[in-house]
Amino acid sequence: MLSLRKAISACSPYISQRGYAATAQQAMDGIQQGVAHSKLLKRDPEEAFRSPELAHMSASNIETRKMNLFQAVNDALSIALTTDDKAVVFGEDVSFGGVFRATSGLAEQFGRDRVFNTPLTEQGIAGFAVGMAAVGHTAIAEIQFADYIFPAFDQLVNEAAKYRYRSGNQFNVGGLTIRAPSSAVGHGGHYHSQSPEAFFAHCPGLKIVTPRSPIQAKGLLLASIRDRNPVIFFEPKILYRAAVEEVPTTDYELPLGKAEVLKKGTDVTVVGYGNQIYTLENAIQLAEKRLPGISCELIDLRTILPWDVETVVESVKKTGRLVIAHEAPKTAGVGAEVTSTVMEHCFLNLEAPIQRVCGWDTPFPLVFEKYYMPTMIRCFDAIKKAVEY
Amino acid sequence: MMLQAAKRIASRSLTGQQRRLFAVSSQLLNISATSATVIDPSTNTATSTTSAAPWTSIDKFTNDLKFIQKQETLQAYRVMDHTGTVLNPEHDPNLSKDEVHKCYKGMVMLHTMDGILYEVQRQGRISFYMTHYGEEAMIGSAAALSPHDVVFGQYREAFMLVYRGFTIDEFVNQCFSNDLDYGKGRQMPVHYGSKRLNFQTISSPLGTQIPQAAGAAYALKMSGADACTLCFFGEGAASEGDFHAGLNMAATLRSPVIFFCRNNGFAISTPSAEQYKGDGIASRGIGYGIDTIRVDGNDIWAIYNATKAAREIAIKQQKPVLIEAMTYRIGHHSTSDDSTKYRDRKEVEERAQFDNPVTRLRRYLEQKNWWSQEEEDAYRKQVKKDVLASLSAAEKRKKPAIKQLFTDVYDELTPNLVEQQKELEELIKKYPEYYSLDEHVSS
Repeated sequence: MLSLRKAISACSPYISQRGYAATAQQAMDGIQQGVAHSKLLKRDPEEAFRSPELAHMSASNIETRKMNLFQAVNDALSIALTTDDKAVVFGEDVSFGGVFRATSGLAEQFGRDRVFNTPLTEQGIAGFAVGMAAVGHTAIAEIQFADYIFPAFDQLVNEAAKYRYRSGNQFNVGGLTIRAPSSAVGHGGHYHSQSPEAFFAHCPGLKIVTPRSPIQAKGLLLASIRDRNPVIFFEPKILYRAAVEEVPTTDYELPLGKAEVLKKGTDVTVVGYGNQIYTLENAIQLAEKRLPGISCELIDLRTILPWDVETVVESVKKTGRLVIAHEAPKTAGVGAEVTSTVMEHCFLNLEAPIQRVCGWDTPFPLVFEKYYMPTMIRCFDAIKKAVEY
Repeated sequence: MMLQAAKRIASRSLTGQQRRLFAVSSQLLNISATSATVIDPSTNTATSTTSAAPWTSIDKFTNDLKFIQKQETLQAYRVMDHTGTVLNPEHDPNLSKDEVHKCYKGMVMLHTMDGILYEVQRQGRISFYMTHYGEEAMIGSAAALSPHDVVFGQYREAFMLVYRGFTIDEFVNQCFSNDLDYGKGRQMPVHYGSKRLNFQTISSPLGTQIPQAAGAAYALKMSGADACTLCFFGEGAASEGDFHAGLNMAATLRSPVIFFCRNNGFAISTPSAEQYKGDGIASRGIGYGIDTIRVDGNDIWAIYNATKAAREIAIKQQKPVLIEAMTYRIGHHSTSDDSTKYRDRKEVEERAQFDNPVTRLRRYLEQKNWWSQEEEDAYRKQVKKDVLASLSAAEKRKKPAIKQLFTDVYDELTPNLVEQQKELEELIKKYPEYYSLDEHVSS
C-alpha cells in the first residue's frame, strides 16, 4: 500500500501543490473568506440565543456545547430517537456512523433495530421509508449524497409527495424525512457536488429544507422530523466539519417555511441558503467596503419549499433591489422562482433588474469548480450591478 | 494453477508500469490472505487456519468450468382441479359453509360489478375501469389474512376490499368521483383505498408499493403487532427496479411481508415471454433468500393455504415470503385497451370456459351440496340490483367541493395555496358562465 502510494506520488510530483477549492481561501481586499471567518456563527454561549427564535431558551439558562454541523445533526437524531419510540434511522452505511459521521454512536445507543444499514438501493430506501411512515412510524432515511437521490425521484415525487392528497387524507407519510448531504465540497466533481433542490421544489406535497449552520441544522432537522409532511433535508456537506457553533443541548425546533433576516440593510436584498450564505456574507462585506454608503440586507431562505415569500417581498419592497444566489445551475433553478414571484409582488418597488448568481448551466465540473461557483466576486458584481443600475 | 497461468500471460504482455502495479496488487492479496490463511506456493491453494474465513473453505470451489443453466421449472401448488374436486383431502382447508359462501359470493359480486361498471364506462358515464376477470380466486388470499394485516395493492385487487367489507356503494362512489369518494375525486377510477379496512390507497406508478410494503412490515414488526403486510403486483410490475429493491430490503431487514405476484401472462399487450427469460417470478425469490411458492392462481384453496402458511412464516419467523399465483387475464387490460389486437380471442374464450376460478369454486360448492342453481340465480339477481341501485345513487350525487382541489397537499394549506385558492375563487366569480359550480357540493 505504502509503495503504491509512493509510486503514484512519484508519477505526479505536483499533486500536493494543487489548490482545491476547499483549501484555505486567500484574503482578498482584506476580507477573510469562508465559514471559518464568518460573523454569523455563534461562537460563545450567550450569542447562541441571540435570535428571536431562540431567545426564550436563554432565560432558563440552558447549556450549550460546541458542535460542528455533523455533530448537530447527530444530536438532533439522538433527540428524535429518544423522544419518539417509533422513530428509526436508516440508509447506506449509517450503522457504523455514516460516511460523514452524522449517525455515529446511534446504533450502539438505540439498538440495531432502530438504526440500521440498508442494501445499496436509493429507490428502496425511499420506498421503505414511505411504507414505514404510511403506517404511522417516523422514518428518518439517509441518501448518502444528494447526487444519488435521483433513483428515488419516483418514490419521492409520485409517492411520498402525493400520499395524503391522493388518499383524501386517509393515509399520509408525515413521519418521513430524507436527509442528504448536498452541494459543493471543493473536489466532488459531477456526483458529489450537486444541489438538486429545484427538481423537488417543483413538487407539491414535499417540503425542502437546508440549514446554514449547526444551530440551524439541529433546530430545522428536529422540526422536519416532527413536521406532518414529507421533508427532504439537504445538509451542505462542506459545512459538516467547517461550521462550528455553540449549540443549545436541549430539544428545540426552528420553524419551517420561515426565512431568517441575518443582517438588516436598506439598499439591496441579498437572498441565499446553505453554504452560499457565507459567500454572500463576504460579498456584502466587499460591497459595503468598495461602494461606500450602501447597506445590504441578507436573508437565509432556510426552507426552499414552501418558501417564505412574505419575508423576501417585504425586504425588497424596502430596498427595491434583489440579488439571489445559489450553487445549482441558473436555468429553472430556485432563483428563477424567487425572481418571478418578487417581480409579481414588487413590480412598482423594483429599481433594478433582479440579479441571479448561480452555477452555470453545466454539469458540476471537477477542476473548474472555482470558476463554476457563484463566488464572492460574482456575488459582489451582482450587488454592484443592482445598486448602480 | 489458473492464477499462475494468468501471471505468466500477464508478465508477457504488460508494459513495465502495468507489471509493477500488478505486483503491488498481488502483494496486497497476499497480505490480506496471510492474516487468515496459509498459501501453499506449489499449488497456490489456500488452507484455512481459522473458522472465521468460510470463503477459503475448499468445498466452496470446484475444478469444473460449468455455467448454471436453467433449473427445473417450479411446479404450481394445487388443491382442487378444474372440476372442483380436492385432490388430496388433507389439503382441503375445510372452511365452514358460511366462510366458503363468503368467498364465493365475493367472487360473484366482483364479477357482476365488473360487468356493469365496464359497460358504464363504455357508455361514458365513468372515465375508466379495470376488471378482474379470471383472477377472482385471489380472494382466497383475503380469507387467509387477519383484518389487521396491511394490504398494498397494484390496482386489480378489489377482491381484497370485497372480502373485507368495502360496500358496493363505496366502490361505485370512487369510480364516479362524487362527494362520497374517500379520495375526494382526485384519483382515477379503481384507485381504491380504505383506512378502515387497512387497504392502502392504490396509485398508478407500478411497483412503488413493493418497497413500501417492506417498510410498513418492518414498522409492524417494531411495534410488536401480530400482523404482516401483503403486497400485490403483477408479473409486469416485477420487472421494475422497485421489485428488486423491495424484495432485497425485506429479506435483509427481515420484514414480515407476503409478496403476492399475480402472474396473468400479460402486462397490457406484452406477453410474459417478453417480460422475463427465467422461470417466472418465483425463481427470483430464492435468489433473494426468500421462502417462495408458486400456486395455481385459479384455485382458491391453493391460494388460501399458501397465504395462510406464508402469514405464519412471516409473523413467526419475521421474514418475507413470495407467492406467485399463475393465472390468466381474461379481460382486457383496461377500458382503454382492446386485447384482441395482440392475442387470440379463441384462446381467451377457452381459458374463460375451461379454467374459470369462479366455476371451479362453484363446482366445489355443488359437490358439497352447499349451492344450487336457484341460489345462484337469486344471488346474481340481487347483486345486479344492488350495483344498479348504487350506480343510480352515485350518479346523482355532486362532485366534491372545489376547495378540495387545494386541501391535503400538505397537512395545512401553505401560503401559496391559500393565495392560489383565492385566485381561483375570484376567477370563478368573474367568469361564472365558464365554470359548472352546480356540479360540486358547496363546501
